[in-house]
Amino acid sequence: MSPAEIRQVIIDILAKIAPDEDLSNLDDEKPFREQMELDSMDFLDIVMELRKLYRIQIPEEDYHNLVTMDSTVTYLTPRLKDA
Amino acid sequence: MHYETIIIGAGLSGLAAGIRLAYFDQSVCILERHTTIGGLNSFYRLRGRNHDVGLHAVTNFAKPGTKSGPLSKLLRQLRLSWDDFSLCEQNGSSVVFPGASLKFNNDFSLLESEVAESFPQQVDNFRRLHQFLLEFNELDLAQEAVSARKAVAEFITDPLLLDMLFCPLMFYGSARADDMDLNQFVVMYKSIFMEGFGRPFKGVRPIMKALVRKYKESGGILKLRAGVQEILLEGNRAVGVRLDDGTELTADRVLSSAGLAETSNLCKDQLPIEPSERQPGVVTFNEMIDVIDAEPADLGHDQTIIFFSETEEFHYQKPEEPCDLRSGIICSPNNFQYGEPLEEGIIRITALANHDYWLGLEEDEYRSAKQVWAEKIRETSLKYLPDYRSHILDTDSFTPRTIKRFTWHENGCVYGAPVKRLDGTTGVEQLYLCGTDQGFLGIIGSMLSGITMANNHCLMG
Repeated sequence: MSPAEIRQVIIDILAKIAPDEDLSNLDDEKPFREQMELDSMDFLDIVMELRKLYRIQIPEEDYHNLVTMDSTVTYLTPRLKDA
Repeated sequence: MHYETIIIGAGLSGLAAGIRLAYFDQSVCILERHTTIGGLNSFYRLRGRNHDVGLHAVTNFAKPGTKSGPLSKLLRQLRLSWDDFSLCEQNGSSVVFPGASLKFNNDFSLLESEVAESFPQQVDNFRRLHQFLLEFNELDLAQEAVSARKAVAEFITDPLLLDMLFCPLMFYGSARADDMDLNQFVVMYKSIFMEGFGRPFKGVRPIMKALVRKYKESGGILKLRAGVQEILLEGNRAVGVRLDDGTELTADRVLSSAGLAETSNLCKDQLPIEPSERQPGVVTFNEMIDVIDAEPADLGHDQTIIFFSETEEFHYQKPEEPCDLRSGIICSPNNFQYGEPLEEGIIRITALANHDYWLGLEEDEYRSAKQVWAEKIRETSLKYLPDYRSHILDTDSFTPRTIKRFTWHENGCVYGAPVKRLDGTTGVEQLYLCGTDQGFLGIIGSMLSGITMANNHCLMG
């Protein structure tokens, strides 16, 4: 998948996890947490949804990569290149 | 048959846990001994009418679209929508003690102003207490249980106000006699006084149905009439269950909502927990449900819930008598802002009950005692209600015996064991608790219990 496609995957996951949030103005450089009400349970769900969709395992020590949209896409691009 | 997770009990906590696991592609099976779902919050049909078993109101009310708080968290975690629950707000409720009453609704400022009016010298203390409770992290699963009475009495120095604040919170969720764990007090304070009450127009049914639908859509297996007779252990590790009919099912882990003492029994008492730490609860209730031919509001009763005590000191314990007529809860499911009236009027009145008495009666004695005490309970509450007796169409009631018969909870206990296992561990590997004895109570609490235990013990790692 291309970075743009991965970004869309993350947007779709966020829409599922937090349906009451408006994602159209998401700033890709800012932490998700500063723009949305997300707690640790929700972060677990981003990881779990990626696992469900693409069988990708994200170890706990890598969770810090999922802070902003940009960092998430950068982290996932090599891991989802064949997906 | 082998599953990744076996869940004991198809109540709110078991179903919520099941949804999480099935949604994330685990093979999961919920085993329920009863012929229907719901556990302590089930529903039934009697003489042509639908009743809820336990529901007075859903606590933790939040308006659709709210982004934080327990209700929003739970909808997100279960991938449900606000429409699945469709909660309508309460009209307003009150706590009534001799010489004082406090009204509250879903806007906290009402309670604050009521305290200021009735207890002017305590209002600053109340505000400090409120601040303390706001800052308290009730979701910390590693905390030790401490006495809420002691902690709250550091702020509130008027014993009457103290008991009036405890009364609704204990009635709706304390497994401990005459006290609560502080974290439980905070959970209940926020869910009742700050967030408040709501109810779906059709009661608990749409909630239960939304859960089962989601669970099954996600691939979860639900077996009714499938009571677990024994949890199978290998050394100190749970490996499966044996059903009442002898069938054995194996699993990587077992999540039990049966209760701690009950789960211990299912393990043939092999849980490495001190017996004093795994006693069943002793606080339970009788409730009578009157169906009436009028809207309660048309008779002059528009409050949603009244918590009353006839004595200044509130007694929350197993009574000597079959039921404790010194206090009670009066709930009218009609008195929510639905936009259209319910089909019939309903008045539910609840009183503390002595489970030994109710469990020990012979069947014929039991029937008549149930009726006698329903009348006594109704009579006591008429002090707080218009006399609606000429409007009664039908009456049903339940006792600790009813609760035990359908939920298999020892002592017919509603809020589970007095000593909770907040982290859900049992001392046996791969065997975890959810539901009342993990310790999140109430409709929303029990679902969050299932979710949290599923996340912590069955999904991570």
